[in-house]
Amino acid sequence: MEAPLLRVEHLAKAYGQVVTARDVSFDVAAGEALGVVGPNGAGKSTLLNLVTGTARSDGGTLLLDGQDVTRWSAPRRSAAGVGRSYQVPRPFAGMTVFENVLVGARFGGGHGGREARRLAIDALERTGMAHLANTPAGRLRLLDRKRLELARALATGPRLILLDEIAGGLTDAELPELVALVAELRDAGLAVVWIEHIVHALLQVVDRLMCLALGDVVAIGDPATVMRDPRVVEVYLGSTVDPGPAAAS
Amino acid sequence: MDWLNAVIQGLLLGGQYALLACGLSLIFGVMRIVNLAHGVIAVAAAYVALWLVQDGSVPLLLALVVVVPVFAAAGYALQRGLFNPALGGGELAPLLVSFGLGIVLTNVLQQVFSADSRSIGIGSLGTSSVPLAPDLSVGVFSLLTFVVGVGVIAAVQLFLSRTSTGRAMRATSDDPETAQLMGIDQRHLYGVATAIAIGTVALAGVFVGMSTQFSPTYGDLVLIFAFEAVIVGGLGSLWGTLLGGLVLGVAQTVGAQVDPAYGILAGHLVFLAVLLVRPSGLMPRTVTA
Repeated sequence: MEAPLLRVEHLAKAYGQVVTARDVSFDVAAGEALGVVGPNGAGKSTLLNLVTGTARSDGGTLLLDGQDVTRWSAPRRSAAGVGRSYQVPRPFAGMTVFENVLVGARFGGGHGGREARRLAIDALERTGMAHLANTPAGRLRLLDRKRLELARALATGPRLILLDEIAGGLTDAELPELVALVAELRDAGLAVVWIEHIVHALLQVVDRLMCLALGDVVAIGDPATVMRDPRVVEVYLGSTVDPGPAAAS
Repeated sequence: MDWLNAVIQGLLLGGQYALLACGLSLIFGVMRIVNLAHGVIAVAAAYVALWLVQDGSVPLLLALVVVVPVFAAAGYALQRGLFNPALGGGELAPLLVSFGLGIVLTNVLQQVFSADSRSIGIGSLGTSSVPLAPDLSVGVFSLLTFVVGVGVIAAVQLFLSRTSTGRAMRATSDDPETAQLMGIDQRHLYGVATAIAIGTVALAGVFVGMSTQFSPTYGDLVLIFAFEAVIVGGLGSLWGTLLGGLVLGVAQTVGAQVDPAYGILAGHLVFLAVLLVRPSGLMPRTVTA
């Protein structure tokens, strides 16, 4: 494995009394997929916001390809190769699908004119959205909005892509397609961080798994080992919060 | 024929209102800032143009060529220096900053140019007219203002829909946070948007200065008309702003046809009626701008 593309060291973030990240450290290499699981409120989405720069960390360091990007703005990180998709899709509703993706290719990718268009078309084709290019993004159904999230992130030419629950809401028929796409991205040399509640989809792709709970890293490592880890099992059954009958079951 | 004449004059007047309102609409559309200094900035541009042309050495057209870029550059600086920092302070902060800026500018104009009413002389251009029918003619200058107004709105709209910077503005208008993830640097982009807005309102201000008497406090009236045009048309849509300007202009001239004292009142009444019946305006955001 090469030197990590993303290295997160002692990351900390609190909103008032709510700690969403407490001394979180991990790294992801190029060509590696890291899965992230954890109960609601574990700080998974906040973690992505801290990495993209839309939220500011209270402490800790972020290194992208060895470079300290902790103080970089979100647009600068995007241009440096950080892309993400949102759990609840946030398309630019007043623009067409193609324009949505084109904005990513132009500004995140830093390409002009024809090259930006080519990258935008490429991103639409990879995500199976090409036939919807001229549809206003606000009119897309949920599944296509999710695909657009991915297409737009890809158009920025990311080296690191952060996926927030992209499998949620997909049918069993659609799931393998998505899993294959994420695997393809990883195999193409991208570093992937994938938050997902649908664990069986996640386990088909990720090389390592991290479990978060209340802002802490509970376990990180080989997926099968992490899933069997008693602390992870405990977190998932909620016994740390409510030591009731659920713990026994 | 009197009524038809009133409607036509109203449409031409509406072109001027649309030109005045274009920048207000753009700044609101992209940044959600209501720029209360908008009117006095227009008046300031009129004063600067007047100052350039008054001793006769600078032709008016050259004054326009100077004033518009200078105001556009000042708009960029205004955004980067005052509005951008204020945007971090909640929704009210930019409003208060622009309110304060308006007061400061009005007082500076009073200090420098006194409170007297002035106007920019345009000679025979102000009195010549084109006959449309035996009893119907329109002023050349009104027609020119109308054409410039429609042209500016069309150009800005084209810029928003066809250029990559325009697309970035629409994206930021839709969702600023996600736009950042696309690599869009808002601070610069907002500067560009305000530069365009202030450039257009400077142009509009010089046209106002050529068509009527103005004084440092005239900006209040300009702001109200521009604001009404934007609201009537629908917030954040430039074609809507054009329509709003036309509706306001026609309301004023038709009202004045009923009784000369009712002109401006009629405009306000139509504005209130639109707020009651269609609070989101006649053309609410379809294609964002």
